Amino acid sequence: MVQERRDAWRGFTGTAWRDTIDVAGFIHDNVTPYTGDGAFLAGPTHRTDRIWQELQRMFVEERRRGIYDVDTHTPSTITAHAPGYLDRSHELIVGLQTSAPLRRAIMPAGGLRMVEAGLKAYGYALDPAVHAIYSRYRKTHNDGVFDAYPADVLAARRSHIITGLPDAYGRGRIIGDYRRVALYGVDRLIAERRARKDALDARLSAEDVIRDREELAEQIRALEELKTMAAGYGSDISGPATTGREAIQWLYFAYLAATKEQNGAAMSLGRTSTFVDIYLQRDIDEGTLTESAAQELIDDFVIKLRIIRFLRTPEYDQLFSGDPTWVTEAIGGRGADGRPLVTRSSFRYLQTLYNLGPAPEPNLTVLWSPALPEGFKRFCAQVSIDTSSIQYENDDLIRPDYSDDTAIACCVSAMRVGKDMQFFGARANLAKALLYAINGGRDEITGEQVAPVGPPVAGDVLDYAEVLAAFDRTLDWLAETYVDALNVIHYMHDRYAYERIEMALHDYPVHRFLATGIAGLSVAADSLSAIRYAQVKALRDTTGLVVDYAVDGDFPTFGNNDDRADAIAVDLVERFMAKIRRQPAYRGAEPSLSVLTITSNVVYGKHTGNTPDGRRTGEPFAPGANPMNGRDRHGLVAAALSVAKLPYRCARDGISLTTTVTPDGLGHTRDERIGNLAGVLDGYTDAGGFHLNVNVLDRATLTDAMAHPEKYPQLTIRVSGYAVNFVRLTREQQHDVISRTFHGAL
Amino acid sequence: MPVTGAVHSFDVSTGVDGPGTRFVAFLAGCPLRCQYCHSPDTWYQRNGEPTTVDELVTRIRRYERFIKVAGGGVTISGGEPLQQPAFVREVLTRCTAMGLHTALDTSGFLGDRADDALLDAVDLVLLDIKSGDPGTYQRVTRTGRLTPTVRFAHRLAGRGIPIWVRFVLVPGLTDDPANVDAVADIVAAVPTVERVEVLPFHRLGAGKYAALGIDFPLAETEPPGAELLDRVRGRFRARGLTVC
Repeated sequence: MVQERRDAWRGFTGTAWRDTIDVAGFIHDNVTPYTGDGAFLAGPTHRTDRIWQELQRMFVEERRRGIYDVDTHTPSTITAHAPGYLDRSHELIVGLQTSAPLRRAIMPAGGLRMVEAGLKAYGYALDPAVHAIYSRYRKTHNDGVFDAYPADVLAARRSHIITGLPDAYGRGRIIGDYRRVALYGVDRLIAERRARKDALDARLSAEDVIRDREELAEQIRALEELKTMAAGYGSDISGPATTGREAIQWLYFAYLAATKEQNGAAMSLGRTSTFVDIYLQRDIDEGTLTESAAQELIDDFVIKLRIIRFLRTPEYDQLFSGDPTWVTEAIGGRGADGRPLVTRSSFRYLQTLYNLGPAPEPNLTVLWSPALPEGFKRFCAQVSIDTSSIQYENDDLIRPDYSDDTAIACCVSAMRVGKDMQFFGARANLAKALLYAINGGRDEITGEQVAPVGPPVAGDVLDYAEVLAAFDRTLDWLAETYVDALNVIHYMHDRYAYERIEMALHDYPVHRFLATGIAGLSVAADSLSAIRYAQVKALRDTTGLVVDYAVDGDFPTFGNNDDRADAIAVDLVERFMAKIRRQPAYRGAEPSLSVLTITSNVVYGKHTGNTPDGRRTGEPFAPGANPMNGRDRHGLVAAALSVAKLPYRCARDGISLTTTVTPDGLGHTRDERIGNLAGVLDGYTDAGGFHLNVNVLDRATLTDAMAHPEKYPQLTIRVSGYAVNFVRLTREQQHDVISRTFHGAL
Repeated sequence: MPVTGAVHSFDVSTGVDGPGTRFVAFLAGCPLRCQYCHSPDTWYQRNGEPTTVDELVTRIRRYERFIKVAGGGVTISGGEPLQQPAFVREVLTRCTAMGLHTALDTSGFLGDRADDALLDAVDLVLLDIKSGDPGTYQRVTRTGRLTPTVRFAHRLAGRGIPIWVRFVLVPGLTDDPANVDAVADIVAAVPTVERVEVLPFHRLGAGKYAALGIDFPLAETEPPGAELLDRVRGRFRARGLTVC
């Protein structure tokens, strides 16, 4: 049945966004900020409850088997799989990555080995025809990288001084502006891309021009496929969305296409709640939508986001704790004009944590400013206390540096939506680099010469100036080797696993970041502090390798708002970033740095020997920019103020702090706790802190969840940059979380 | 000669030692030896770090802005802060001048040592009433008496200073209904009491006793159950008091 489509832009104001692709301008012209509290919110409908309960039954099965189901025959593309449904007649927002819920897809273009290992681990085998295609006829990103890695990089990778590199699967961390599909329709976007491509005809076919033309052609093809995929679900998305339901559906189709094409390390959604709100508000104003129906649409959308899945290996899941997808959604923040970008739908997104229960995905991220409306701030604090499922980032740092239409890629990486992309670069191990400096470039565990031969630090007692000079030289090598690896990775990823649909939803030309990262910051800083303020003796094995340290005396540690130690950490961040800046970056990318480990702090620690701060070999690092476990002795605020000193201008890819407080550690009454947590967030943001994960939990709850996981299927805790199901962590990670400082009242 | 205090440690905590996020200075030295004390390491003034008023205020200044933005203040706790009244007076006066909300966490046993100038610099007193029955008070504190605390409470009320009362509930020691009622009666007679916190006894300080080689008299005592806590809180509520 063909219905006459209504005017999609009826009732919208503003003109500039009509002529160019400008979603931020559209939001600016049409947003209705909401300054009240959460009293208007609606609970789940019976329909929502039923669909979610059915899925929860499947989650149990999925946890038991590792994966629920997988299509081993069909390399995924936007259109490769037939339409899939949860409950066709009752779904409001439709679309699955494959033809059935929780059935994972294979994406061999990133790397065949990852696919085969992932399948094998769960008792499946790859279709031999697919194996033949990707080993005989079609090269993968993974193959390309290893053709071009220099020996230095291979050694650094093998010794774990650089790890987590996206060289065997999709790099991720690219956020398409999925809202464009809803606001403009696909045809308009195709026309815009054509014009861009045509304009390139005027330029000579130099290497970069040829590459851009080919990429634009691929983007157009991907947009066509997006239309085809949506048509399979009965939706014609060539034109703009006309209702709230269509707006959510259109943008979800676009996001879904990205997840069909890429198994990126993180597949953020962007910043959609306030965009969607404009449509929902119009429907409500037109009398065609109730609050309950609006919430139901968002609940159904979030259900879809909660079942995004990728096929990964158990080793990958171990590194990142569970089965993360980082469907990160940025909520709140303020406009450049000072108005809050908080709408009723900002509340509605958070409300899904009540209607559907706590969950790690989507990775709900509140862009916080002390100037946000009190009602919203209190609601966020309340949701944190009740669910431990949201994270906070400093809107007052992000907005001036990026824009008021900025979203978070993965955990902490700010990206102007549709304008910035990043080349994801995992992280380098600073603590291990310090040990290399002391040992003249030899690995403290294997004894292998990994970094260039340098003079090992002499004498029994370590001299601060000598160690620092050696460390500085080691960091020169590390920065060079690290960026060298990233340049190879991203060249090959562009070549063999290009993100066609995600890049089609970016401006042309796009601004690129080269996102490096560091792990072990607090271990390295405390080690240097020990060498400087106490007496540290080097203990050598028979080959002269320093394998342990004896510390005599007290020394200040990072995390106590003590400038002596904090200044060392600040210096390390500045020093390493300066070295990264000196490296030539692929495609002229702007270098950036994060202090973020996700949960790889456990694995990094496993591969790092004894350190001069007294940390034992194999002991986990602190996550992200956290102080080392138990060394922050003056409470959360002192720790937070230490972390807030780390200069954002040198770590613009984000600085992560994860903290756990007991409910009693926030106050006696619920009302007090809410007010106090909002106050702490204000204080931290005001001090220049960038990111805060807040868990509000009792130690007893976690201990009980370890013993009786079946009682806690939805227990969610924030770890560095995202959230996980506690019961899906390895026992080692569970112990790590529990032993980590609980900031509570004694 | 600058005034010097013996400071055991400091902490920045939220929602525990007064309203909001607070800088809490724990002074060393206490005349009482409460059986349930969870910080026996603060009993002796000589174990504190000699600290001038300027040094402590400098440390507080590092948190001044955070505290003002987050909402909160400064709490002087201990040990028993009123064992060092001159130091407390100077520090609190300086904090008041900074525009910070001030709280004094005390047993009131040495309340007579707080002069009017000290009390002028106090916005809130966290008053620990160990027991209401004089005999129980002495048994709990081993070295103290109840009357100075009651006298101090009324003096605070006379000056209009708000009070948050704390009462630690220890099964078998302070939970006798007559004792609880006596505390509640004392509290109900003090008009500036804003709230009563009934704190369940815990044994988290046991490790400190072991480290110090001191016998922990309540090592075998269990924390109170929810039912007992409810019952005791009810006795305070019955007198129209706000309890949490």
